[in-house]
Amino acid sequence: MGRYVVRRLLLMIPVLIGTTFLIYSMAWALPGDPFASRCGQRPCPESFVQAETERLHLDDPLPIQYGYFMLNMAQGDFGQTSNGESVLEAASRAFPVTVKLTVVAIAFEIVLGIGVGIAAALRRGGYLDGFFLFVSLVAISFPAFVIGYVLQYFLGVKLGLFSVTVGRGAPWEDLILPGFVLASLSLAYVLRLTRATLLETLKADHVRTAIAKGLPRGMVLRKHVVRNSLIPVITYIGADVGILLGGAIVTEGVFNIQGIGGMLFHALSIRENATVVSVTTLVVLVILLVNLLVDLLYARLDPRIRYE
Amino acid sequence: MFSQKTTSPVEEGKPEVDENQPLLQVRDLSVVFRTREGSAQAVNKVDLDLARGQTLAILGESGSGKSVTAQAIMGILDMPPAEITSGTIKFRGKDLLTMPEKERRLYRGQRISMVFQDALSALNPVYTVGEQIGELFTVHRGMSRKDAKKKSIELMDKVRIPGAAARVTDYPHQFSGGMRQRIMIAMAIALDPDIIIADEPTTALDVTVQAQVMELLAEMRRETGSGLILITHDLGVVAETADMISVMYAGRTVEHGPATKVFANPAHPYTLGLLESMPRLTGAGDRLYAIPGLPPSLLNLPSGCPFAARCPRAEDICRQDPPPPAVEIDGTRFSACHFAEEVVAHGVR
Ligand SMILES: Nc1ncnc2c1ncn2[C@@H]1O[C@H](COP(=O)(O)OP(=O)(O)OP(=O)(O)O)[C@@H](O)[C@H]1O
Ligand code: SF4
Ligand SMILES: [Mg+2]
Repeated sequence: MGRYVVRRLLLMIPVLIGTTFLIYSMAWALPGDPFASRCGQRPCPESFVQAETERLHLDDPLPIQYGYFMLNMAQGDFGQTSNGESVLEAASRAFPVTVKLTVVAIAFEIVLGIGVGIAAALRRGGYLDGFFLFVSLVAISFPAFVIGYVLQYFLGVKLGLFSVTVGRGAPWEDLILPGFVLASLSLAYVLRLTRATLLETLKADHVRTAIAKGLPRGMVLRKHVVRNSLIPVITYIGADVGILLGGAIVTEGVFNIQGIGGMLFHALSIRENATVVSVTTLVVLVILLVNLLVDLLYARLDPRIRYE
Repeated sequence: MFSQKTTSPVEEGKPEVDENQPLLQVRDLSVVFRTREGSAQAVNKVDLDLARGQTLAILGESGSGKSVTAQAIMGILDMPPAEITSGTIKFRGKDLLTMPEKERRLYRGQRISMVFQDALSALNPVYTVGEQIGELFTVHRGMSRKDAKKKSIELMDKVRIPGAAARVTDYPHQFSGGMRQRIMIAMAIALDPDIIIADEPTTALDVTVQAQVMELLAEMRRETGSGLILITHDLGVVAETADMISVMYAGRTVEHGPATKVFANPAHPYTLGLLESMPRLTGAGDRLYAIPGLPPSLLNLPSGCPFAARCPRAEDICRQDPPPPAVEIDGTRFSACHFAEEVVAHGVR
């Protein structure tokens, strides 16, 4: 097990290098002048352009540029944002906000997705089942930002149930609506996956054994149906963390949240390449680590799986 | 609120029974599966008796309703699609079919237990075998998990699993097929039941361990003094262990009687065919006989004898009128054939 973890951690290095290189080359390949908006409304002075070109090694071929960039990053220098703040500092302010938003989204997936999925499976063919299958289909069919704007308008503006934007420091209660919007697509999948696995497990031989052992119905469901059905669902939710981080960009845009998505969005729009690459690298790293955790959790949940 | 005293709650623990009543008496049991294609008459007016200490073997081709009968007795049929359309299943005089589920549950595992065919899928892959055996004691005997674990080890020892104390924390997939079936048997005898139902307990196993597992099952039955319903295709095993035989065909019991008599002298043409298809140890070169044709569709049973299309003894009356459900032969056994007496006397020729 320990050796497996070490191997997986070592494997992250080439993956990280590969992804950052891709992002780096794509960022610089974007059309337009990288200095376009760096000096306010005026074009940048020649001296500034020269200094920056030298600092970023823009005259060197791409792989060399990238090499310098990585070297700096390995030394903890992630570059600076346009207003002179270190990228690392800005990111460490934005990241917790996004993490909070993602946590809210995952909480929705777990509580609502799994909860309703179980309820729907147990009342298969009933009104509740049909209703939620329909709702989940809607959630799957509409883009997140449409759902975001609609809920924002009705629940936030019209009914005043939730705040429409998220305040400084992103308090938890402000994140309920954005978290739900962020979760909506995955929530629908989790619900359907839970329902389908549960229905499958209900037919399993070992469930019949549990009934034949005279266990009470509630215990059969909890111990021998739900517990087994959760294995693929939890794996799915774990793998979903990456997707949620990606989706956060849109959601944070809709609700004007100062998270990593907002930061990335802003950096992209003003062609702040260093920030884009650093932040993306950070996100990729988090996704890789979470995936490792999920794989380890998977082995804990299903004893048939052993990593060597 | 007011009825608290009158509706006595169903208590955990072994349900009380009247030991003077017959152990198991199934009468007129019919099970229908309602499917999209129609209603399949899987079990059709079946009678069945089991006495304490007895082994009853149920024989019959695939699809003849053996497992469905067992599941109905056990109370684990999937309803729907299954529906019990007639009959009683009396355990020590109490009809299990009219009993509320709360009470019925207490009979499962404690009074009647089951050994399934495929232990790998019948055990839950995510719990240790110790947890799965121990669960019986925590639920039905209110034991602590620690005591239940001790009990599990004892039982695993009893069914001769080597190194039981160490293996109690292993998962089902870490055992061989034979050992897994031993664990199933340990669970079946755990609460000292009165009836064990074994549905093809050795079919999924290697030939080399089949005999050992069967021997263990017979030994455990002897030790507990329980009755055993054994569903199997292995006529050799039946000859060795069964006291009584029920032969099923297309959901019906076509012959029922003491094993020795049925073996020596079948009273139904289907039983005759079945015995002839049995591989014999002598004459290794014999070609195996198989009954020609297929059983009728359960969705649309013929009006006459269900075996008529395949029966070498069939006459016109067989295709028109259903045979009497139980022609009594020499006071001990029954056959559902128009010509039962003749078949006993002269076979089918
Ligand atoms: N879940 C089900 N849905 C629909 N029909 C079923 C179902 N289970 C059993 N049946 C029907 O009941 C009939 C009897 O099945 P059963 O399992 O009792 O056969 P069996 O005698 O145990 O056969 P085998 O030797 O193959 O185990 C089958 O032919 C099938 O048509
Ligand atoms: S009733 Fe007729 S067809 Fe049926 S088993 Fe007897 S002889 Fe054969
Ligand atoms: Mg069967």
